[in-house]
Amino acid sequence: MDFSSFLLMRHEIFLLAIILLLIIAEIFIQPHKKGSVVHLAIFLFGIHTIVGFVTIEENSLFGGMFRTNELIHFFKNILNLGVFVVLLQSADWLQEKIVHLNRGTEFFILMFASLLGMYFMISSGDFLMFYLGLELSTLPVAALAAYETTKRKSSESGIKLILSSALASGISLFGISMLYATTGSIYFDEIVTVISSTNLSILGMVLFFAGLAFKISLVPFHFWTADVYEGAPISIASYLSVISKGAAVFILLIILFNVLKPLFSIWENMIYVLAITTMFIGNLFALRQQNMKRFLAFSSIAQAGFILLGIIEGGQLGVATVVYFVLIYVFSNLAAFGVVQAIALQTGKENMKDYEGLYRTNPKLSLVMMLALFSLAGIPPVAGFFGKFFLFTAAASKGYYLLVFLAVVNVTISLYYYLLVVRAMFLRQSETAIPFFKNRLYMRLGLSITVIGILVLGLYSPLYDYIFEMSSNFK
Amino acid sequence: MDILTLFIIVPAITVLALIFAKGLKQSRIVSMIGSIFQFGMAINLVFAYFNERAVNSDIMVFTRDVMWFKSFNIRYSIGVDGVSVALLLLTSIVVLAGIFISWKMKDLPKEFFISLIILSIGVYGFFISLDLFTMFVFFEIAVIPMYLLIGIWGSGPKEYSAMKLTLMLMGASAVLLVGILGIYFNSNADGGALTFNILEIAQVSIPVEAQKLFFPLTFIGFAVIGALFPFHTWSPDGHASAPTAVSMLHAGVLMKLGGYGVFRVAMYLLPEGTLHWSWFFIILSVIGVIYGAFAALKQTDLKYINAYSSVSHLGLVLFALLMLNKTAWNGAILQSLSHGFMTALFFALIGMIYGRTQTRDVTKLGGLLKVIPFISVVYVIAGLASLGLPGLSGFVAEMNIFVGAFQHDDLLYRVVTIISVSAIVVTAVYILRVVGVMLMGPVKNDAFLNLSRVTWYEKTGILLLLIPIVGMGVAPLWLSNMILESLQPFIQGFI
Repeated sequence: MDFSSFLLMRHEIFLLAIILLLIIAEIFIQPHKKGSVVHLAIFLFGIHTIVGFVTIEENSLFGGMFRTNELIHFFKNILNLGVFVVLLQSADWLQEKIVHLNRGTEFFILMFASLLGMYFMISSGDFLMFYLGLELSTLPVAALAAYETTKRKSSESGIKLILSSALASGISLFGISMLYATTGSIYFDEIVTVISSTNLSILGMVLFFAGLAFKISLVPFHFWTADVYEGAPISIASYLSVISKGAAVFILLIILFNVLKPLFSIWENMIYVLAITTMFIGNLFALRQQNMKRFLAFSSIAQAGFILLGIIEGGQLGVATVVYFVLIYVFSNLAAFGVVQAIALQTGKENMKDYEGLYRTNPKLSLVMMLALFSLAGIPPVAGFFGKFFLFTAAASKGYYLLVFLAVVNVTISLYYYLLVVRAMFLRQSETAIPFFKNRLYMRLGLSITVIGILVLGLYSPLYDYIFEMSSNFK
Repeated sequence: MDILTLFIIVPAITVLALIFAKGLKQSRIVSMIGSIFQFGMAINLVFAYFNERAVNSDIMVFTRDVMWFKSFNIRYSIGVDGVSVALLLLTSIVVLAGIFISWKMKDLPKEFFISLIILSIGVYGFFISLDLFTMFVFFEIAVIPMYLLIGIWGSGPKEYSAMKLTLMLMGASAVLLVGILGIYFNSNADGGALTFNILEIAQVSIPVEAQKLFFPLTFIGFAVIGALFPFHTWSPDGHASAPTAVSMLHAGVLMKLGGYGVFRVAMYLLPEGTLHWSWFFIILSVIGVIYGAFAALKQTDLKYINAYSSVSHLGLVLFALLMLNKTAWNGAILQSLSHGFMTALFFALIGMIYGRTQTRDVTKLGGLLKVIPFISVVYVIAGLASLGLPGLSGFVAEMNIFVGAFQHDDLLYRVVTIISVSAIVVTAVYILRVVGVMLMGPVKNDAFLNLSRVTWYEKTGILLLLIPIVGMGVAPLWLSNMILESLQPFIQGFI
């Protein structure tokens, strides 16, 4: 066997090596220096992120179970960047709240294990690998959601996540088994050639889809989202809303566009309905939220609804716009969560009311938050505008003008609640405003990366063109 | 760097310089220098335009075309004709005057000037764009700073007004987006490539069914910012709550984006749709003209009076555009310019009166002509321009509009023209009523007797706006010719 083909799994192998290194480090680092494991993990993961950009050729392993190509590779890099920012933003929280409980290393191990699961999930070439990846990516996050064991809400959120995700992946597995029953194969390449629209295969597709819809938190599979985000530590909430959702969207793209393509005329209608309900429910519920984490939870549900507008296109344009949007969404949402994280860490406050008068005391932090919210709302010249505009273009290219119209109505609704936060920070003045504080290095770095992303990703057009090129041979 | 891109680069540099400025003094000096430079460039552009026009007979001159997003064929393409040159000049004057009027900005001055200039970037960019996507981007850049400008520095129910204004305008731009996408995906109807370029799309005959579908979306999307009835409700509240310079810029320049967009995009690219729908929007715009005038009659707050008067005057712009002939269009553009200078001047004066007397209620003011003569006299002149006195800018514009409108001889057009002409009478009533109550008569409040004199920066701001009003009234021909020349290619779809 030619071992050089294992290099296709570079991302996975490197990440596994980091996990093992951290376990060894845990043994050798002295108890009073446990904080240094945070630096070590961030350093190693930083290298991993940079090395990941080395290009890779298209191929598959293990008889087609594992495959990789330029776009999958690119997407893993997006995930890496996202996780790297999450780590930077949670470093201070780990140092202050977690390390002295002697649980710093496990945090990284669990998070990396979950990321490993996502790698396998988006690289999967058959439903078995897909399912393994899905489970590996979900289970550690449930443990992480319950990480602040002193808080009851955190444990509650862990339990909620594990129970509902177990149910969802159970349903998904049931759907996969039906697809297997109709096609006699679990390999993506084989299924696409034999699948036809029979009652059983449609039922299988719907059930399978429900499991993924849960991860993306599409309505009506969104009920866990707000509660879990609110209870979980902020870094885990941002991980769930960005990384986990991004990976699930990507694998959904792969499976819908490649495996279930013959059923396009059926899942097209399904996506149409789900897009409308998800956008409206997400946005309308976000209107009245006071807690910033719940607020961002509903906002991220609504964003998932927008993503469906790209998926409904069903071709190269759809893939490109969705991947581009997810990339921008990663940066925008992480910037918003980063500010929430910074403020919560310094003051313990996470309600919108506490943000009143923030601009007068912490102008830079407020500006970052404003940019992030404008990007989420889709206001030029920040990146989010381009992402949304292109998604709408994708839907309009298939003639879904009504859907685009409903989506832009939703953009206006969402602008209202994003502006509520801007209003609190900029327009209001408060006696009890959060006093000035200075962020530490990691947090500043984490926020800077996201701000650069928000400002550059949209205006720098070659990036989109590059993604569009890659999407042409999307398999 | 070409002459038009500088209109975006210079304010962008001004914003960068402002970031490093400290305190009120530095901020206002930096903004003033930037805006004076911009003003000089606008003057220069007018001369350059005449020189270029003498040798170049293209629809647009000073064009430039850079690929931006290749896969969508989105390009940064710019160019101007007489209409956009005139509007660019208007913008640079109003921005400069606005900066002089805000000379004593107390709260967060730096942020104020930054937001103001970002807004102006949006407006400049909008007027020079020839690409629907780029145009749309600039359109939104012009709208969003209004939220902060009204919300932070405004007065009265500022949070409510700011939110209402932003949501209505962004809602409109959302509708516009559907229209733009509709135009884009029909731009290959003749077998070419999909394009956002206005000049290229104009060569394509978009299917009539699509035109009928997307015209109302595009028209409404733009016309909301031009205060089309019944979508004008953001405007009175927004104007009343905004700080002086923002009201000036908003009524003077931002609302012109509506008429310009309708003219440049909706009507130019979708002529069949225009013909199909024009009766409907004519009726709406006439309702706006009349309704605005009568609403202004009942107001006692000076800013509300002018806000409703703007609804009426800009209704006239949309009305004239829908008349679909060159005379009326010329009137529409002149009315945009005239109204821009005049309303900006009104709001500047109202700001000065309010700053001195602490009230905008007409019934509480009286005899101001005796205590602040300069402001009062200019107010009278602006008022006369507003009601269309010959010799001032308003007359030239309205004359053209009604002459153009009367060229149609079927019943509907005759009736609506007569109705909208009668709005002029109502305008005279509310202007003269304010002049009579507020400026003439006895001084109602002893505190008014020692109001402070007009300062140099206030005078500069006033004169900057007053000179064009008189200039347009006395010597309108060069401007009118410049505009008329440029209208020819646009009218062709309707002959």
